Amino acid sequence: MTGTRSASIFAFALLAPALIYIIAIVAYPLVDTINLSFTNAALRPAYDWVGWANYQKIFGANFGEVIVRTFVWTFFSVSIKMIIGTCGAVLLNAAVPGRALFRILTMPPWVVPMAIGIFMWGWMYNGQFGMISGLLQNFGIVDGPVAWLAYGNTAFWATIVTDVWIGVPLVTIYLLAAMQSIPRDLYEAAWTDGAGRFYRFRRITLPMIIPAMVTMSLLSLIATFNSFDIIWILTRGGPSGSTTTMIIDTYKTAIGSYKYGEGAARAVMICIFLSLFCLAYFRVVGKINTGERA
Amino acid sequence: MTSEPMTAAQKVAHPADDAAVAPIAKAKPVKAVRAMIDRYTWYEYAAIYAGIALFLFFVLAPFIEGFMVSLKPLSRLFSSPYSFWPKEGSLTAYFTMWESVPGFWRYIVNSLFISTTATVIVLIMVVPAAYAFARFPFPGRGALLGAFLAVNMFSGAVLLIPLFRLMRQMGLLNTYWAMIVPGAAFLIPSAIWLLRTYMMRIPRELDEAAWVDGASRLYTLRRVILPIAMPGIAVVAITTFIGAYAQQFIFALTFNSKTEFMPLAIGLFAYFGRQEVVWNELMAASFVGIAPVLILIVFLQRYLVAGLTAGAVKT
Repeated sequence: MTGTRSASIFAFALLAPALIYIIAIVAYPLVDTINLSFTNAALRPAYDWVGWANYQKIFGANFGEVIVRTFVWTFFSVSIKMIIGTCGAVLLNAAVPGRALFRILTMPPWVVPMAIGIFMWGWMYNGQFGMISGLLQNFGIVDGPVAWLAYGNTAFWATIVTDVWIGVPLVTIYLLAAMQSIPRDLYEAAWTDGAGRFYRFRRITLPMIIPAMVTMSLLSLIATFNSFDIIWILTRGGPSGSTTTMIIDTYKTAIGSYKYGEGAARAVMICIFLSLFCLAYFRVVGKINTGERA
Repeated sequence: MTSEPMTAAQKVAHPADDAAVAPIAKAKPVKAVRAMIDRYTWYEYAAIYAGIALFLFFVLAPFIEGFMVSLKPLSRLFSSPYSFWPKEGSLTAYFTMWESVPGFWRYIVNSLFISTTATVIVLIMVVPAAYAFARFPFPGRGALLGAFLAVNMFSGAVLLIPLFRLMRQMGLLNTYWAMIVPGAAFLIPSAIWLLRTYMMRIPRELDEAAWVDGASRLYTLRRVILPIAMPGIAVVAITTFIGAYAQQFIFALTFNSKTEFMPLAIGLFAYFGRQEVVWNELMAASFVGIAPVLILIVFLQRYLVAGLTAGAVKT
């Protein structure tokens, strides 16, 4: 096509609506967050510049504990998601009758409104009447009712399990797609040479899906770090702060207590971690392929 | 020549491919190999089905339990010992739920309206942008695409404070737009990525032929590219709609307090009474609420998986 300059102008014109939208709704708020984090903004309209006071305040409090908790929560959630998702993908990749149906059945947690799935888990965790405590009692594994969301330790794991549940379908379907894009010739050649099923998995499937697994882990890491709905609906960060991750902590400070300035400082801390994850992501996935060779 | 990016998997594939060429030459007839390679012994079948059953149990347990709860009378629900199967089960809750929360249908309509509007906004933004990324080598293209993708890493929760102020300034608090506008923004990046991948597969020769025939660039986009890209646009529309339907919580929780605008996720809290939660009606209402999406999935499952994975595996 002729006219690279007019082509560029045309391209920017095409991009303009999306670009302006994102700048207004994502980029400007991001800058505003950083700006607010140095102020004592609250419900009243007027506020002052307070320098690093908000940051000094949050690090004087139990913020370190919240950071550690967030990382532990995220680490376990992502790891378990990846493990279950990989197992699920391997199972659904098997050429057995009914697999098309099984693949559809994997999707509900991911596509139904998150809040609904979380309500259902909330009921299952109920100590008196819920399914988990009830079944464990019926099978004689525990003696009395266990109210999973009432104790810090169990609530911490309960929220992880629900987060895993919501994340597993995406991991499974993503890895399944990666497995199916492996050329069948490889398997047939290996089979001809007498390689067993397990050997083929270890020497063909696994190495071929490692890039997809790394990509998915990082995407999952970012999503999990941002997880809000699950903890908020199940525990609101409780009991006594045991499920308060950085996101919940920010929400409670900013929206719960109307401390916008201090909340913004906490949000900035989240953004710093997210940027690090994002850098890792772009690094690992490689420079974004824009088809420059064309 | 080709503008198709090489996937990470393909890159890995090449050395292995070369190694595999030799054995393939002496391979048995392909069909026989295909049939043999997928043959399992009975214990392999048993292991696979047992594994799938366990996996699907984990994935579906809350729905199964939720459905059982929706069939149980409230008095049965709050009784020990626990029983999985509903005794005296009935569909009563599916009728009484409309009486307990008379405005419930409104929440579903709101959810559908918010998702549909968000999807339309996303499509208007994304179709031209994806075309620009797929076709024109303008300066800064890689960086800009990266910037769009970086939006994905922020959730609404992180930017909630300034978004709240922004919505208040624009006078959008407590309207549908307070939920639609921020919601759509976070759906744009993946949609661009998905549609760009699709458009890069459309042969460039088509654009060039239109250009030679004297068509303007805009005309080419409207009359040549759009019709061909329709299946891709449809996939993007479906995934965006489902994403919008699934993720209506935090903005609705924070930016709207008017009952008449509440989406499903927030509206369901109406079943949380002052004393106790009306669990059987809550679960019945949940199933009514997810019915639209479930219908979508059953009919459009193939496109959905194709769309999601096309975008995903290319990364």
